[in-house]
This record gives sequence, structure tokens and C-alpha cells, in this order.
Amino acid sequence: MAVKTVLAPIPGIFYRSPSPGEPPFKQDGDTVAPGDTIGLIEVMKTFNPVVAEVGGRNVKFVLDNEDAVMAGQPVCELED
Amino acid sequence: MPVTKILIANRGEIAVRIIRAAKSLGIATVQAVSKADHGMLAARLADEVVEIGPAHASKSYLSIEALLKAAADTGADAVHPGYGFLSENAGFAQAVDERGLVFIGPKAETIRLMGDKATARAMAMKAGVPTVPGSPGRVEGLQAARDAAEEVGYPVMIKASAGGGGRGIRVAHTPEELATLIPQASAEALSAFGDGGLYLERFIARARHVEVQIMGDGTDVVHLYERECSVQRRRQKVWEEAPAAVLDTATREKLCASAVALAKSVGYRGAGTLEYLYDDETGAFFFIEMNTRIQVEHPVTEMITGVDLVAEMIRISAGAPLLIRQEDVSISGHALECRINAEDAAKAFMPSPGVVSRLVVPEGAGIRFDTMLYEGYAVPPFYDSLIGKLIVHAATREAAIDAMARALDGLTVEGIATTIPLHKALARDEELAGGRVHTRWLEPWLDANPLDAAKA
Repeated sequence: MAVKTVLAPIPGIFYRSPSPGEPPFKQDGDTVAPGDTIGLIEVMKTFNPVVAEVGGRNVKFVLDNEDAVMAGQPVCELED
Repeated sequence: MPVTKILIANRGEIAVRIIRAAKSLGIATVQAVSKADHGMLAARLADEVVEIGPAHASKSYLSIEALLKAAADTGADAVHPGYGFLSENAGFAQAVDERGLVFIGPKAETIRLMGDKATARAMAMKAGVPTVPGSPGRVEGLQAARDAAEEVGYPVMIKASAGGGGRGIRVAHTPEELATLIPQASAEALSAFGDGGLYLERFIARARHVEVQIMGDGTDVVHLYERECSVQRRRQKVWEEAPAAVLDTATREKLCASAVALAKSVGYRGAGTLEYLYDDETGAFFFIEMNTRIQVEHPVTEMITGVDLVAEMIRISAGAPLLIRQEDVSISGHALECRINAEDAAKAFMPSPGVVSRLVVPEGAGIRFDTMLYEGYAVPPFYDSLIGKLIVHAATREAAIDAMARALDGLTVEGIATTIPLHKALARDEELAGGRVHTRWLEPWLDANPLDAAKA
């Protein structure tokens, strides 16, 4: 079973949901399709979507909501 | 109460500015830093550094609890909130006061009164200060909004009572648009500010942004003349001037006197700014809101008046009376400020955090660069993109624009993209040189004058 990783495209603060109080874009265990938004990264007060370039099953986030993230750092893992 | 040690509850260039002012007064400083900010310039300059939490501002620079603990742990007897973050949070001012510490700013109740846009408007009307025609207070529900809009006259601006920084503002041209926008604006205001309250104002198409700097000690208030900040992008100021060249002497005196009257009516203490819209066509001015803190663009006022505003607000917070007398304040020459942001002006102002590999700062008479940068500093991605303010002072506005163009040529920031190319283009622009600007001037200008990365 291969594991695929979605990397942060930019540095900033990672958010799981579109806005506070709303459910996360994806729950752990969800299936992700290529092109799905799986989170947001706030860089200098601007919000940028984190888009999965690859799809997969059983998503597992390695970052918590509101974690600081550097560009290229893994955001979540997906199974084939 | 004497102030001997200040906790700086802020970061970036304003933290550096506060440390310099405190040093000039012989006061010790403690710099609060998030986990991501140990390397910042203010942390190098302060006498002590205290970590207050993780990078995320809501858990550090916005955490009242963490800041109070930092003050207690370090034995600070005063807190300077800077601008942004908790600077206009009445709860913070009150909590600081209740711990027996000095909050360097107005009293909590003044922040509460003037921080709410609708009550500030009501206070202005009571003090005889002209306000933009609008609803007398909050509009509760769509029908009340419709009635108020008929009274005010379309187009109307829908604003959030608890808003600021240009957020949550919408323009309705018809009752139908109003019906669509009111619920949206209320929901957005509720989520952004925790308060869905709205009010309406008449929309002035060609308005200039003029603001008056005041300083009070709780009894007396003086003004330090006005600034013009009409050059804005997405309601964020980009280029600021003092004085406002568009005003004649009689209008200037009337405007500044109105600001003093309003600030006196609330017993204002500390540095404050009253923002006005100036209607170019009629010469009328209208109060819009008050900022109960030091502002980003305060240096242009310092340059034309010779008053150290940050030092003065610290002195007053310690209980000293205002030493500046109105008759001693005069305007000397003209000052400009360019806000330098870590954004790629040629690429839709995309944020550009990263390491500053090279920094060259222009020097000379009348040039000032307020910044948080040094060579090797990594601008973190977590906070505002403002990295410096280039300020020039000259005998006339024309000479100041020339001086700014030269100063910009002498400013080099490598390693990250900045808005310096935008300012170079602005300093060469004939419309700006002619003073023919208003708050909606820059955005169409940017569309017509795309910044070419190669040319910059």
C-alpha cells in the first residue's frame, strides 16, 4: 500500500476549515479527489487554498488546525 | 504612576519604534515575542525578551492572558499595545489597568465608546462635528435599513459597527442591492468582529481621506494638524502625506478644531487619530471614525511638527500633563511616507516572506526609515506584510516628492519581493504630483499602469 503525501505550497498558518466554527474540508479517513481543497494556509493575512494534486483514500492529517507550516512540509497522507 | 519598564505587546517596526522612544525617556523595555519572532529586530534591541506563545497571533500577540503573565513575570509596570493586535481592545486595556499596570493609551471606557463606530458617530454629532449623512445609530433588521437608506439617499455604504481596517464595507446602489447585502454584511461582521451590528452612510464617490492627529492628557487636548492618506489599495493606505495639500488654511483650522472638540468631549488621554472624508467637489469634511492608538503613518506628523508622538504618549500615560501647547504647534514643510510591504507588486501583491539577503538604506537630511529589517532577517509568513516605512521631509510638497524618488532609488531590499517598485512608479506619477487623487484612485491606476517586474 503506497502512501502519497500532500505538501504545503507556501509557508504560513494551516487551517482545516474554511472559517472558524465550520466543519473541516476533510475529516481524517475521508477520500480525497485530485483538485479537492483540503485546507487553507494563511500567509501575511491572505488565505490560500491547499489543493490536493493527487487523490487517495483514508486521508490522515499530519498537521493540526492553526499549526505553523513551512513550504514543502507534509500536510496530510493518502492511501492508494 | 511612574513608568519604569514597558512590556511591548506588539512586533515588527512599531515595536522597534516604541523601544527607541522608551530608551529616549530612560525607560527599560521588555519585548513580547511569539515562538516565531525571537529573531526580530525589536527582540535584539529590547532590554529583555519574553516568549508569549506560538506563531499564531491568536495564541500570542492576541492572548490577553499570555501578555498579562509576561508583564507579571518580567516585572513590567506598563504595556504599550502599538497598533493592530490588542491596541483597540477595551477588554485588554481594562485587564491591564485592573492588574495595577499602566496601559499606554486611552482609558478602557474611551476605547469602548470611540471604538464602536456607531457610538463614535453619535459622540461626534453631539460635539458638533460634521458626520457623513447616515443612520443615526445601528440599523436593526432590513426594514430599518431600508428606511434609513431612503433618508440618507442612495448609494449607501453598509458598515460594521465593530469594524475597522476597511473590512466588511459594502455599497448598495438600490433597495434591491440593499436587501441582498444587508444579511451578508451582518453575517460577515458577526464572524469577523463577533458583532453583527451595522450602520449606513452616504457613499461619496470622490472622497479624500484626511485625518487629524490629536494628543490629550484626559483634560486638555491639542491637535498636531492633519495627514492625507487617499492613496489606498483595498482600503489599505499605501502613501501618506502631511499636511493635506488640498486644504486651505481656513478649512484646516476648522477641521483640526473639530477634532479637538470631539476628543475633549470624551476626556481623551494619549495619542489618537480622527479620520474624515473630504469631499473634493464641495470642500466639506465629515468625521468617519476615531482610532484610539498610535497609527502606522504617525511619522509624517512627527516630521512636520517636530513632536515625538510615541515618547509623548508614554509620558502622558505615566500621569504627566500635556506639555505641548496648541500655540507652539506649527507645520514646517511637507512629509511623505511610503509603506514598504513584503509583497510582489508585479504579481498581484502576492505575499513574499523570506530571508533578506541584502539591505541598503538611504541616508541624508530629511530621510527616515522605520523598519524591522536587517540583513539575514527572515520575514515570517505569519503576520502583516509591512516591513518598513520610508519617510522624507522637505520644504515643499514638490521637493518632498523629488526627495522620495531619490530615497527610493537608494533603498535596496534583496531576497524578498517588496512594493518598492510601486512606490517608484507613484513618485513619478503626474496625477499624484498634481494632488489629483482620491480613495478610489489607486486601484484603476494599477490596472492602467501594470508594474513590470523586469522594469523594476
